[in-house]
Amino acid sequence: MTSAASRFVNVGERTNVTGSAKFRKLITNGDYAAALDVAREQVENGAQILDVNMDEGLLDSEKAMTEFLNLVASEPDIARVPVMIDSSKWSVIEAGLKCVQGKPIVNSISLKEGEEAFLHYARKVRAYGAAVVVMAFDETGQADTFARKTEICARAYKILTEQVGFPPEDIVFDPNVFAVATGIEEHANYGVDFIEATKWIRENLPHAHISGGVSNLSFAFRGNEPVRAAMHSVFLYHAIAVGMDMGIVNAGALPVYDDIDPELRDLAEDVVLNRRSDATDRLLAAADRFKGGKAEARVVDNKWRDQPVEKRLEHALVHGVTEFIETDTEEARQKAERPLHVIEGPLMAGMNVVGDLFGSGKMFLPQVVKSARVMKQAVAYLMPFMEEEKRLNGGSERSSAGKILMATVKGDVHDIGKNIVGVVLQCNNYEVIDLGVMAPVQKIIAAAREHKVDVIGLSGLITPSLDEMVTVASELEREGFDVPLLIGGATTSKIHTAVKIHPAYERGQAVYVLDASRAVGVVSQLLSNDNKAAYVAGIQADYARLAEQHARAQEDKARAPIASARANRMALDLSKVQPKPSFLGTKVLKSIPLETLIPYIDWTPFFSTWELRGRYPDILTDEKQGEAARSLYEDATAMLRQMAEEKWLEARAVIGFWPAAARGDDIVLFTDDTRTQELATLHTLRQQMARGKDRPNLALADFVAPEGSGVPDYVGGFAVTAGIGEEAVAQRFARANDDYGGILAKALADRLAEAAAEWMHAEVRKTHWGYAPGEALSNDDLIAEKYDGVRPAPGYPAQPDHTEKGALFDLLDAPEAIGLTLTESYAMWPGSAVSGLYFSHPDSRYFGLGKIDRDQVADYAARKGYALDVMEKWLAPVLNYDPVRAAKIAAE
Amino acid sequence: MTDTETTIRKLAAERILVLDGAMGTMIQQRKFSEADFRAERFKDWGHDLKGNNDLLILTQPDAIREIHLEYFRAGADIVETNTFSSTTIAQADYGMEALAYELNVEGAKLARQAADIAEKEDGRPRFVAGAIGPTNRTASISPDVNNPGFRAVTFDDLAAAYGEAARGLIDGGADLILIETIFDTLNAKAAVFAIEELYAELGRRLPVMISGTITDLSGRTLSGQTPTAFWNALSHARPISVGLNCALGAKEMRAHIAELARVADTLICAYPNAGLPNEFGLYDESPEAMAELVGEFADAGLVNIVGGCCGTTPAHIAAIAQAVKGKAPRKIPDIAPKMRLSGLEPFEMTAA
Repeated sequence: MTSAASRFVNVGERTNVTGSAKFRKLITNGDYAAALDVAREQVENGAQILDVNMDEGLLDSEKAMTEFLNLVASEPDIARVPVMIDSSKWSVIEAGLKCVQGKPIVNSISLKEGEEAFLHYARKVRAYGAAVVVMAFDETGQADTFARKTEICARAYKILTEQVGFPPEDIVFDPNVFAVATGIEEHANYGVDFIEATKWIRENLPHAHISGGVSNLSFAFRGNEPVRAAMHSVFLYHAIAVGMDMGIVNAGALPVYDDIDPELRDLAEDVVLNRRSDATDRLLAAADRFKGGKAEARVVDNKWRDQPVEKRLEHALVHGVTEFIETDTEEARQKAERPLHVIEGPLMAGMNVVGDLFGSGKMFLPQVVKSARVMKQAVAYLMPFMEEEKRLNGGSERSSAGKILMATVKGDVHDIGKNIVGVVLQCNNYEVIDLGVMAPVQKIIAAAREHKVDVIGLSGLITPSLDEMVTVASELEREGFDVPLLIGGATTSKIHTAVKIHPAYERGQAVYVLDASRAVGVVSQLLSNDNKAAYVAGIQADYARLAEQHARAQEDKARAPIASARANRMALDLSKVQPKPSFLGTKVLKSIPLETLIPYIDWTPFFSTWELRGRYPDILTDEKQGEAARSLYEDATAMLRQMAEEKWLEARAVIGFWPAAARGDDIVLFTDDTRTQELATLHTLRQQMARGKDRPNLALADFVAPEGSGVPDYVGGFAVTAGIGEEAVAQRFARANDDYGGILAKALADRLAEAAAEWMHAEVRKTHWGYAPGEALSNDDLIAEKYDGVRPAPGYPAQPDHTEKGALFDLLDAPEAIGLTLTESYAMWPGSAVSGLYFSHPDSRYFGLGKIDRDQVADYAARKGYALDVMEKWLAPVLNYDPVRAAKIAAE
Repeated sequence: MTDTETTIRKLAAERILVLDGAMGTMIQQRKFSEADFRAERFKDWGHDLKGNNDLLILTQPDAIREIHLEYFRAGADIVETNTFSSTTIAQADYGMEALAYELNVEGAKLARQAADIAEKEDGRPRFVAGAIGPTNRTASISPDVNNPGFRAVTFDDLAAAYGEAARGLIDGGADLILIETIFDTLNAKAAVFAIEELYAELGRRLPVMISGTITDLSGRTLSGQTPTAFWNALSHARPISVGLNCALGAKEMRAHIAELARVADTLICAYPNAGLPNEFGLYDESPEAMAELVGEFADAGLVNIVGGCCGTTPAHIAAIAQAVKGKAPRKIPDIAPKMRLSGLEPFEMTAA
């Protein structure tokens, strides 16, 4: 390699629980003696620095870090080299810093949590006497492009050297190595971005070093070590040449650049350096030839097909393979005495394996849902045989572990989470009766009675659903039910269940279920003759404690009177009010091409829908969930392409702008620029937390120039949906017994609606309102809201009142314009939709209203013309008081 | 840079500065009895107090002030306070944890009083280095051979104890802080951490002197570090001086001082023992013999500050002051900025 390469510092990576399965196992088993051997071997093999990482969810990472480093200190042949204390958690880093007598490197800190936290950590690192790796990460996310990488590193460098007095030679920048050749166009330049950023940093930030986790680069070629090694080697060759001098990679094990097969080297270089648009395809096409040993093209490993049919069914279930399911099911049927026995025998056995793997964290939700698809297709295949049998001799019904009724409550249309829970329960042999969305209480009760269900599960995403759940609970109580009631969905919480739903349903038991992975555990406990009593007693004790805590906490939250909160409003800088929009009134956009929206998708929430927690794109390379995430992502991108090509869904939008002025906490809209005739009033709520002069008590009205200021201002509104056609798609998947596809399609439609809102907002800023014509932001910047103006939605933290959607939908004529309507709970239908207001002032921002007091609620109700108790119902989640108790006191 | 630091650096650029000699040796000469250690204030204390030399700050203040003055008169520019063991951790042996702060305040006052007297006598500026010893516990070595992961003291315990000591020294009027006789670098890192936090809180800094101890002829600290590894681990304190003291005589210390003099871009301070202990455990190198060795340090351009540790007396310091008089101080080398880390051994990023 080059002379620069000889200076490249090789950081030993094997004492890292996230990078080495072996080391993780040793540490989790407490086998520190063997773990020390791993460290010793690293040092003996030439590691110049030892990376120690204990970031494992099940570990007490601080304790493991302390214990391991203390033991290392007693081993002179290991302790002779410096340590890299590696953790994403500051507390773990700090625990490590307290254990090493030498000078270590901290890996890492970043501007992720903002400048103040960064300064704090940097000063501490300095006081502990360590060098530091700084990730190119800031408040808005991880840097992907050259511009972002260099901007963040320059900013961090300036802060470190000027404010902290950090010696620049003790700074190592990690400008983020991301995967290339993923098939996604935006990823193609990631290698070049890193290399160019490295060069720029070395030229412009004197004495600073460059490091990176190189293995990320090639994850698209996992399983093909020769291609991966070639990519790493080529990448390092170019990165080292421009100044990369440290890496968590076994550089010694990589082929020398000049020794790589010239053809492979060229192909890899095309990809890494993004030299041609078809580079990825060409490397993919050639990859198998370089796979080492076998030169023949890769064949799907079908060895499992040689196993007996029971094992084949199990394999198909665990791996979600539908290809052979009908053949195998038929073979099993011919072997079995009755078709039912196929279900109760090999299929359930396979699903039990799936359940065990899921329960022990070895399978993830998307994989389980795929398993369910296989199961459903097998059962569907057997159905005609079972019906035939029943017709002939009245054979018995299939026995299930229990019957569960599932429903999204009245007024709410969100059901992805509920569907996932349903699938998981079915995988565990529960029979699920699904009432779908917007299920009124009468329908729930009738179905519960008809099917003699063992458990009822309610789901909801918007806040009014909380009240509806209380209603369902009271009605169940009144009707004499005693079956357990499961509560789940984004808006629900353990505290709400404990304080509101649980007391309403004394005969049965309401149980909050955090996510789908808990559902089976909860249901099996509730239906177990042996464990139910103890389990329920535990829940009741827990809820009683929570309710008591809640009651106590309620009394402590002092709020500012609304008058003083208003006196502390934000004074709008009138010199920065934006110009008039390009048109007034509304504009409708139909058939927005999905291709336009796809780049605007924020993938992180998509993964969290599937209970894969982590930030995109990091989640794709996550050690534990990465495989599941990648597979899900592949399916999702494939379906997106198909959605776009075959136009499964239609995206529509309606936007509008009106002359506006703030009047107190309200915003008055006018019919035209003469501002003589009022068109509508938008009502906003004001924060009432105790605040000093330096932090105003905000209301959305503060972002609009006030009446009488003499400055003409405007407000916009929007409603977008990507859900036109959503129902048809869902039904198509339901008919094919493909829950996985159905849930995937819905989750994507939701993401497309959010993407449409993001895209629309950008278009508004650039063109329709046009106050930021030159704006050019990456998707990460958009996600991080790095632009002027906000688009708060009714029902969200800045304005939690869902009923404000009413006025907005009237103004936009949304039902007529784009086919988007409101339910009685003010949920939008179709569900994949977003609506909100546009504020353009550069000082406008998102904020959380927090809890508000009765004085404001009464005033707000009067302004809106609502009765106080009705208003309190809509605002229930943000009330700083118990409305019943307050009403009683007021009456006295 | 603090004013004291500027003054000292200016002086150190002109000549080799002189530190004092042993306090323990001088106290032993006075043969204080148990009753002298106790005085009126601690006459009923539940522990034996003889041997708690730091306590004499409170019970025999005149003697301590006198010893400081003797060293100043012998030619010392800087004397160390008699507070080597005035931490809650070290005083725990006598049940006197609660006195730690007071010992440091009063110890600094006594030394400062002596400095003021000496300054008045000849007009030369004198400085008081508030001494912080290592305590009797180690943060990176287990006292239990069968349980190498065990620690008798934590970083946080040490930082708290050192922070309190340093606060007392500053409140008592010390001009510098001297972290000395470091045989476990992690202890010293805790001291630096605590002092940095204290400085941040007070909004002002005192210059810090750092002095390690190479415990035997292996050339390493007790905790196993080489001198350069030691320097890399503590350079973040930006000390006014780094050096070595105790355990070795000047002869044995020379190579290690030479190593530090090469790698450290700050003043070098050496204050060895009066030779290695003889068969009776006594240090018996004569003032003349020791001064010759230390004088050679100066000739070789290795040092900026010299003094004596165990076994040295005002006579040694006078001889040493005489030996270095007129000799050029070591010039602080220009060290290229590179990332320098350490485990037990140093590591340097060779890339520019």
